[in-house]
Amino acid sequence: MKGSNHHKAAPVDYPFFTPGVWVMLGFMLVGLAFVIARYILGLGGVTNLTNQYPWGLWIGVDVATGVALAAGGFTTAFLAHILHNDYYEVVTRPALLTAMLGYTFVSLGLFVDIGRSYNIWHPMIYHQPNSVLFEVAMCVMTYLTVLYIEFIPMVCERFIGKVNLPGPLASLNGFVDKLLRFADKFLDKFMFIFIIAGVVLSCMHQSGLGSLLVIAPYKVHPLWYTPLLPFLFLLSAIAVGFPMVVFESFLASKSLHRELEMDVLSSLAKFTPILLGIYMAFKIGDLIHRGAYVYLLEGSVQSNSFLVEMIFGVIVPFAMLLSKKVRQSPMGLFVAMLLVVLGVALNRVNVFLVGFLPAYASHHYFPSIGEMAITAGLIAGLMFLYRACVTIFPVLPVVEKVDEK
Amino acid sequence: MKINRRNFLKITGIAGGSLLAGREKTAEAKETKEDFGDKWGCLIDTTVCLGCRKCEEACNKVNHLPPPDTSFEDYTVFEKQRRPDAKSYTVVNRYFKEPDAPDKKKEPIFVKVQCMHCNDPACVSACIVGALQKLPEGPVAYNASKCIGCRYCMVACPFVIPAYEYHNPLTPKVRKCIFCHEILEKGGLPGCAQVCPVEAITFGKRRDLVHLAHFKIRENPDRYINHVYGEEEVGGTSWMYLASVPFEKLGFQKLGKLPPPRLTETIQHTVFKGFVSPLAFYALLGGVMWITRRKKKNDAGKEE
Repeated sequence: MKGSNHHKAAPVDYPFFTPGVWVMLGFMLVGLAFVIARYILGLGGVTNLTNQYPWGLWIGVDVATGVALAAGGFTTAFLAHILHNDYYEVVTRPALLTAMLGYTFVSLGLFVDIGRSYNIWHPMIYHQPNSVLFEVAMCVMTYLTVLYIEFIPMVCERFIGKVNLPGPLASLNGFVDKLLRFADKFLDKFMFIFIIAGVVLSCMHQSGLGSLLVIAPYKVHPLWYTPLLPFLFLLSAIAVGFPMVVFESFLASKSLHRELEMDVLSSLAKFTPILLGIYMAFKIGDLIHRGAYVYLLEGSVQSNSFLVEMIFGVIVPFAMLLSKKVRQSPMGLFVAMLLVVLGVALNRVNVFLVGFLPAYASHHYFPSIGEMAITAGLIAGLMFLYRACVTIFPVLPVVEKVDEK
Repeated sequence: MKINRRNFLKITGIAGGSLLAGREKTAEAKETKEDFGDKWGCLIDTTVCLGCRKCEEACNKVNHLPPPDTSFEDYTVFEKQRRPDAKSYTVVNRYFKEPDAPDKKKEPIFVKVQCMHCNDPACVSACIVGALQKLPEGPVAYNASKCIGCRYCMVACPFVIPAYEYHNPLTPKVRKCIFCHEILEKGGLPGCAQVCPVEAITFGKRRDLVHLAHFKIRENPDRYINHVYGEEEVGGTSWMYLASVPFEKLGFQKLGKLPPPRLTETIQHTVFKGFVSPLAFYALLGGVMWITRRKKKNDAGKEE
């Protein structure tokens, strides 16, 4: 494998339905049942949201965490396409697919969460440029479109010359084939426009998500509330991009019984201590500058959650990844990268849920069964579609199959 | 309240934030430019209010709100602290001047709660589609047909006022006091101010109300503490309060003078002014991409 810059990608040749896939389908069905309940009973029927806690699990996890963990898309695009570092080309396609599906599910989650789902398109006509949420919405919408465009070459690669539509649609075969050939040629020349746009849009809305709660200085716990929130969100999104790619590679290799691209993944992990270190430096510097460190040993749920986030999500993996030995051992790499992923996820949950302390609330919000079921259903749906996509399209690199004993 | 010290630290932290220091100045400049004196407002004198709940009843009637769970003459509701919700734009809460005194000697203080109609409202700044608007006359109004139901206004409101119709599956609305703006436009008074039997609610131009409040404090220094709540909180509000005890004892939060939208809007508009930064970033990345590609081509050429 060494020396070949252009890893070929191909559809995965592995049975689609395994017991795990049926479990995912089960989660999706339960989630769907609660979605139906939400549209019959209203948000109050399935969620624990209140007038003091208008945002819950769906915003904290499906949206904020989902967007952060989709950062593998733009970080690998920057590394492999903008810096033309071909060595990392192999990870761009799976990262792009994850981002595409991730943002699709962010939008689905939002659709269910907002009270008037059918008005979800309103920001396109009613512009409100003072609103941070408006900026985030526009960026996410545009970026999702860019991601779909970036995915088209994989569709072309798979189907050009092989278009075979079922039944009466077969008469369109020739037309679709021509369309794919045109798209392929066009995108081959102009893809750079979308690649750069993807990185710019990502930086804009990753930081935008952090700005969302800057407007609520009296509600967010001081361990997290800082005018630097947008900057910290951006830095943490950049830091979590590669760990997420590594984490997914491990999942895919386990689930699809494929060999790991350890050489690429270990190299990718070289960047993480640097990126995570920058994030850590700003986060700690901000804490000291604002004097908010006095709350560290408050002993509250908030201070404990902050300590877990910083120690196990930032400091420990940072120290681990400094070691070459850890980066080159599959187990060490997996654990360290997983800690980064969980740390950033916990940060988003902390900012939006744990650290959100509005006045006049009689009790702290905790998600309901229905909210958890819909979130679980969305994540299962994402994994299901990921599996479907890598089975249909050339996303994952060609590697030797691990022999089953 | 432990919240106070925390918020104090937060605000000083913000003011000291080197990155934002320059921006804050422009925010202050913008603030002083606009005069809110001509806007409508109300001054609530909590030392006068008897807790009759007539304002709650009138509000319910003029705004065609759903019937209440118990009658407006039910005074047992005072046993709990209530908040405005999807069915009521305003509620009256009871506090005691000396909460620790024996029951018979307890002197009640009643506090009406509703939207404060901020001069620089966070909900309006947050609203993704502009469904919430600060009308030129002062009220913060809501247009349900634009609303997508994201509830960011509720997250943003420093007073935790907007409520949501969580049990309406398809057409839920954000519910909050709208300062009876349609009645005001016809020359009438807000439902609550109109009905109040003891005139605890004074309606007028904000400038006059501020003068009146300070006049009352000056003339009756024993009756009032020297603080008009809402005069400066979060940049000033259209609704303001007078009280005989510190406001923190009456369920009011201690809030800073800076309107929250000045934080987000200055970040937002500095970063995106004329779309210069995103475009510059785009150009920079394009340049990097072009250079790395050329370098790659050159390297490939040398090898051959």
